[in-house]
Amino acid sequence: MHSLCKMTAHALSEKLKNKEISALELTKAQLAIIKEKEPEIESYITVTEDTALEKAAEVDKKLAAGESVSPLAGIPMGIKDNISTKGILTTCASKMLYNYVPPFNATVAEKLDAADSVMVGKLNMDEFAMGSSTENSYFKKTKNPRNTACVPGGSSGGAAAAVAADEAVFTLGSDTGGSIRQPASLCGVVGMKPTYGLVSRYGLVAFASSLDQIGPLTKDVTDCAMVLQEIAGWDKKDSTSLPAEKLSYISALTGECKGMRIGLPREYFGEGLDPNVREATLRAAGAYEKMGAEIVDCSLPMLAYALETYYLISSAEASSNLARYDGVRYGYRAENCKDLDELFLRTRSEGFGTEVKRRIMLGTFVLSSGYYDAYYKKALKTRTLIRQDFSNVFKKCDCILTPTSPVTAWKFGEKSENPLQMYLADLYTVSVNIAGLPALSMPYGTDDGGLPIGVQLIGNTLCENTVLRAAYALEQDTSTGKTEVTAR
Amino acid sequence: MKYETVIGLEVHAELATETKIYCSCANQFGGDTNTRCCPVCVGLPGSLPVLNARVVEYAILAGLAMHCNIAEQCKQDRKNYFYPDLPKAYQISQFDIPLCADGYVEIDIDEATKRIGITRIHIEEDAGKLLHAEGGNFSLVDYNRGGVPLIEIVSEPDMRSPEEAAAYLETIKSILQAIGVSDCKMQEGSLRCDINVSVRPEGQKEFGVRSECKNVNSFRAAVRAIRYERDRQIAVLEAGGVVEQETRRWDDAKGESYVMRSKEEAHDYRYFPEPDLMPIHVDAAWVERLRKTLPELPQEKKRRYKSDFDLPDYDAGLLGASVGLATIFEATVTEGAKPKLVSNWLLGDISKILNEKGIEATEIPFDGKALFELLAFIENGTITGTIAKQVLPKMFDEGKSAKQIVEEEGLAQINDEGAIASLIQEVLAANEAAVQDFRSGKDRAIGFLTGQVMRASKGKANPGVIQAKLREALDAVK
Repeated sequence: MHSLCKMTAHALSEKLKNKEISALELTKAQLAIIKEKEPEIESYITVTEDTALEKAAEVDKKLAAGESVSPLAGIPMGIKDNISTKGILTTCASKMLYNYVPPFNATVAEKLDAADSVMVGKLNMDEFAMGSSTENSYFKKTKNPRNTACVPGGSSGGAAAAVAADEAVFTLGSDTGGSIRQPASLCGVVGMKPTYGLVSRYGLVAFASSLDQIGPLTKDVTDCAMVLQEIAGWDKKDSTSLPAEKLSYISALTGECKGMRIGLPREYFGEGLDPNVREATLRAAGAYEKMGAEIVDCSLPMLAYALETYYLISSAEASSNLARYDGVRYGYRAENCKDLDELFLRTRSEGFGTEVKRRIMLGTFVLSSGYYDAYYKKALKTRTLIRQDFSNVFKKCDCILTPTSPVTAWKFGEKSENPLQMYLADLYTVSVNIAGLPALSMPYGTDDGGLPIGVQLIGNTLCENTVLRAAYALEQDTSTGKTEVTAR
Repeated sequence: MKYETVIGLEVHAELATETKIYCSCANQFGGDTNTRCCPVCVGLPGSLPVLNARVVEYAILAGLAMHCNIAEQCKQDRKNYFYPDLPKAYQISQFDIPLCADGYVEIDIDEATKRIGITRIHIEEDAGKLLHAEGGNFSLVDYNRGGVPLIEIVSEPDMRSPEEAAAYLETIKSILQAIGVSDCKMQEGSLRCDINVSVRPEGQKEFGVRSECKNVNSFRAAVRAIRYERDRQIAVLEAGGVVEQETRRWDDAKGESYVMRSKEEAHDYRYFPEPDLMPIHVDAAWVERLRKTLPELPQEKKRRYKSDFDLPDYDAGLLGASVGLATIFEATVTEGAKPKLVSNWLLGDISKILNEKGIEATEIPFDGKALFELLAFIENGTITGTIAKQVLPKMFDEGKSAKQIVEEEGLAQINDEGAIASLIQEVLAANEAAVQDFRSGKDRAIGFLTGQVMRASKGKANPGVIQAKLREALDAVK
């Protein structure tokens, strides 16, 4: 049965529809793999065995009754632990929310449930999605299934590792500065951050509201399109969600990309880029050329300011978004406080981890009177310039190709003592969030040590279909020697 | 030295929308603790606000009624501070671009009209309420009020006396009630204000250092707090001291204020644009549509009552300022009652009952037709004025018409001359001393005897008939 869970959602969907397998069998197999691999991989914070089995049995009834079901019906999946799930622990991997059970579902959780997919658990992450290695989780350190001495990336490390280790057929992550794409890249899976506003944020515990976006992590591009199809769409509960026309993402997967103009931004191939990653990205560009796409040399000069802009805006918003954790209503509360100030102070000092506190302090500082103009306001101006940078490039390109992460997976502890080193891992991903664009990371070969390399495809606003079309074409292409990524 | 007081006010008014500002919870006063809230208004992780368009509409109406410019585009901002009644630890408000700005209202003071500038009107959400357990070493929080829509109306420092401030507050209240955006019930806290006071030597151009006073929950408290603060600041200056810029808290029970925060301890609210909400676009057509729905405002009403109904300034002002009184006034006059008579009843007995009951004029349980019936009964002699004063409270309490009450309780005026004559005989027999007085030329005795006859008739006897018959009877015994 183990081999079942290696399969993609679209392949499993066929088997379920043809009644070759039942949803219950599939879910049981999935739970068995989780049981077997969790001691080593530690992707999950919570495994929801009982509700998963119930849901699977329900799906089987629908299938038996011949009811029309979604392509995701009966497919086991996991959800990052910062996405609210009614009645199920949602911790954000923080001591602060170690006992928090939401009384409502995030819109995406609601949609996946309506699509009859089977949630098997909640996934580990960096605390409040702040980090690039998942080492900032209060609960556990998730291992990279390709090499368990390495980090899975982050902050959606659990979501990426679960897919890579076949502990879920697909997962949902959140991406504020690369938190879906970077771990997808490090673990060798597909991960997509949709256009800001395409997927409802309702129920996603906010890190940085103007940057956060939920997206899928999957085994291939087809699954990515399938999951996106289910979770995308305007939501009246999220004022920033876009009233966009509903597209068919599957129909974008034509397998060809002839005539597509693919931009290679010079700045993304500079200092600090691992030669293996550079080589793989250029090889991908070569593959596109062979398929009849046009490679366009282009420039995104504002990349030089992307990280600073990102850390100013995201930390400012985070300092406000995380202020509600004060010990008054839910979550962790410091014991034996003599007054209100002590309750606030000790709850927050004891409940938050180091990285979260660092960002709250940074954000509080940049919003303070006397510093606001010099930092936050300036960052907003730079944000406009970064957006303009992209819109200039999209005048002559349909899609932009870059490395996802400048490096492949690193060893535990290697960067955790040096936050600036860690922040650099997001260099190629943060601009996309600042500009609100859709981008996808897909595996493309491995480095000398056999660790997966990811390439990133960035599209213009709401051009998910262009990105998916380009990604699918590259995935289907066999002309260049990309090596298959397999778990060791 | 003589000093001039300079006053500016920030009024917070709860808007009477059906639902809260960012969620669909009912916007209603009261209810069991924490029953009128949801994940959004208690700020649970992952919840998001969605702006209630009606709130914007109400705020625009207030802005138009106060002659403000309405911003074509504005935004909402987060005001960050920690307090248990603020569940997100930030209040969604408006910082640098308010919805309405640069307006004014006119107040009547000492027979003259004065213009008070309105700096801005912005929308924001209310916080919950702390409940302090008696004797306990803890507090509880009720979030029912969290997310109730507010407008904050900020005046220019244009007022120069506590009386002007009181007139300003009454004017704001009457405008908000007239346009129907707030019920302004002070006792339910739907209208609250912060006061800014400074003093300066008369003739000086520059403003003095001001203090801000919070927790002022009634108009009466506002006047007292302003007087207190004026006197305190003058005393400081007279003693050669310097007034500090500070935030004070009014203690209404003690009738004094104390320092809450000095300038150094002032909060840094770290305002920044609320990223969970989109900018607010107000197109000109929308504003014009709303402008057309504005009802007649209190000042206009007052002018009309003076010219059309010949009411004195005092009557016209009070009736015009109250939607409830104005409505029943016009309805009663339309039925055919004399305007001044209606005004007397509304501002006299009816206002007295409203005060006793602590209810607003909009809550008068009968309409103009019913009041007209009562007044017509007096006019046509069905009942006496004395009886009318007994019928009125019953109209409030029992919800019956004057006619019903008069019939059921047999309160109709006694016009039967024979019946009154026999009452008079009884009274004369029982009051020989008074009759004696009359005989010895003391005319006052007539008044006493008339009262006795009225009393014997339980207030129902026709006063004119008593007069005539009493004279006859007394003349007979002379």
